Amino acid sequence: VKFDIVLAGVGGQGVLSLAAIIGNAAVAEGLQAKQSEVHGMAQRGGMVHAHLRLSDRPIESDLIPIATAELVLGMEPLEALRHATWLDPSGTLITAAEPVRNIPDYPDLERLLAQLRALPHARVIEAERLAYEAGDPLAMNTVLVGAASDLLPFGVDALERAVERVLGRKGADVVRINLAAFRAGRAALDAAVETR
Amino acid sequence: MPPRILLGDEAVALGAVHAGITAAYAYPGTPSTEIVEWLLEHAAREGGPHAQWCANEKTALETALGTCFAGRRALVAMKHVGLNVAADPFVNAALVAIHGGLVVAVADDPGMHSSQNEQDSRFYAEFARTLCLEPASQQEAYDMTREAYDLSERFRVPVLLRLVTHLSHSRATVQVAGSARAASPPRKPDRRGAWVLLPANARQRWRELLDRRLEMATWSEDCNWNHLELNETERGLGVITTGIARNYYRESLSELASEPSHLHIGAYPAPAGLVRRLAAHARRILVLEDGQPFVERQLKDLLAGSFEVMGRLSGAIPATGELTPDIVRAGLGLPARKPIEIAGPKPPLRAPQLCEGCPHGHAYDALMRALDDIEGATVTSDIGCYTLGAMPPYSAIESCVCMGASIAMAKGAVEAGLKPVVAVIGDSTFLHSGVTPLLDAVASDTDMTVLILDNEAVGMTGAQDPIVPSARLEQIVLGAGVDPAHLHVVDPHPRKVAANADVIRREIDHPGLSVVIARRECKVAAKRRARARAAESQEVMA
Repeated sequence: VKFDIVLAGVGGQGVLSLAAIIGNAAVAEGLQAKQSEVHGMAQRGGMVHAHLRLSDRPIESDLIPIATAELVLGMEPLEALRHATWLDPSGTLITAAEPVRNIPDYPDLERLLAQLRALPHARVIEAERLAYEAGDPLAMNTVLVGAASDLLPFGVDALERAVERVLGRKGADVVRINLAAFRAGRAALDAAVETR
Repeated sequence: MPPRILLGDEAVALGAVHAGITAAYAYPGTPSTEIVEWLLEHAAREGGPHAQWCANEKTALETALGTCFAGRRALVAMKHVGLNVAADPFVNAALVAIHGGLVVAVADDPGMHSSQNEQDSRFYAEFARTLCLEPASQQEAYDMTREAYDLSERFRVPVLLRLVTHLSHSRATVQVAGSARAASPPRKPDRRGAWVLLPANARQRWRELLDRRLEMATWSEDCNWNHLELNETERGLGVITTGIARNYYRESLSELASEPSHLHIGAYPAPAGLVRRLAAHARRILVLEDGQPFVERQLKDLLAGSFEVMGRLSGAIPATGELTPDIVRAGLGLPARKPIEIAGPKPPLRAPQLCEGCPHGHAYDALMRALDDIEGATVTSDIGCYTLGAMPPYSAIESCVCMGASIAMAKGAVEAGLKPVVAVIGDSTFLHSGVTPLLDAVASDTDMTVLILDNEAVGMTGAQDPIVPSARLEQIVLGAGVDPAHLHVVDPHPRKVAANADVIRREIDHPGLSVVIARRECKVAAKRRARARAAESQEVMA
């Protein structure tokens, strides 16, 4: 097993908590994991990314070489597009559809989404809307985990347990909402895969 | 013990705990901050070892020297430019004959993710004639930290542990020891005078250090951290890696037609004997190091005869910026991978910016309004979130050089004929390195205005508490000798921009030194403190 994920978003969106759920599931399933993160200045509303590498063998580099990632997971479309450089030609890009417009020259959204949909394997998920319907728009990163769950090298159950472990200390309500968000992401994935 | 998932920084912190430190001191700075953050949480949970933020890196290192003088082990952590501030105690600590281990963990930031330069701390270890360890993984960060304390006491020097961003801020599993070494009991130095660096003593200490340096060089040849693997069948290319460059090298190794002889260096002084043995097996040597060409430069001295040395100096690796697996791949002569084609326009950049509703923004609005009709006004500034005021929509500041420089530069600029000049500095940066230049300005009653943006936090590094409560800033400013009639505290609230602009303008017009403090809590800090209060009240109820 070798599964490399580039997670991309805007500082403050929760890229690291998204990575934490997947990384937690991987380690519980006996895989090795390395996760490179961005701290500091970029966290103030700039572009941020994390490199999460999963493997059943020792992992050397903390960084993923370009054009080799199995998955690019975007928390918003512009950052997903920017990080498509890392995508292996056979890899999949999954992104939230909702933009974070904190720059004056943010591109036209329809055109941006069309650019993303034109990639060989892309899923555009209305993650924020689904999270809102699940009970909390902040659970959008868990929606995205659900929307990627068929690609990840372990089962749905492992991911649900990871949601419980990672978010457990925030209380039962947070866990319940995030499990609902996860399942909404899975349902959206079925729809997104079918439309292709 | 089951393995733990740790950031590189956290692995250093845990390694230090398991080496039996009694104290850790630091000033926050990306990418080193998490070392002492982790130790603060550990101390709150376990009751020790003592961990504390300090006013700046110099006081942090000097405080740790006090721990070592008392014969106990201490950790100091800082970012690379912090070592410039702490260079005085660091270089001299190599002379005093340490008997309680001292490890100085310095996190470099090649690529300048969150820094003003990409200086390489290994040069400081060389300059001070001391040992440097450079981990290649989180596991090595843990293991090296533990061993560094033994080495510090064996060679009686501070050991510099050199980290880089993509180790400090990367997580992986680490196998850790079951328990910590017992802390040493307090014991002052055996020899009176060993710590008194009067010239007569210092000359002797310096000769002794050079002798010990030879012992360090001998140790380096067969220590655990430097490995040479010779491939008798490949006599063309030899590769030297240091630190995390080894990971990038191994990432591409399977694609090379033949495996080069390989020397990995994780401990310095660089092992000259191993380098010569590698050179005897290769005609060309590629040096891969994340940072400046530290080893590459030494090769010319180490290797007699004509070798082709490739690296940052030769252009085989770019002269600036951090290493990546793709740069190393190109350096090894492998073809670049092609990213998928993306039709349409390139994504616009998204630079960091002040948080929505950040009080610094409202303070800048007032400052810009105060300066609106003044031709040729100058605004110097400093290191912190407010440096983002250099960018639109504010474009309010014209300098950011090093901690505290805003105030001294303003004084110099006034004395060189610029007028008016405003120095903008944050509360924590002021406490770090702004008080001493303010004393200079008081001494000449320089015609300038200092605007202290007091957000009651060390914002950029994660909103830590400043070293003393911000409410004491007025006392400090007045204690330095600023005229009380020209010290004002304003609230940078969006509805008070005009009133604040009037205050700032009056003080700019005053022909002497003035200080305006714009005080409003950082939003990130406010959120963090609210969470901490909620957690506390929950505990009380439980």
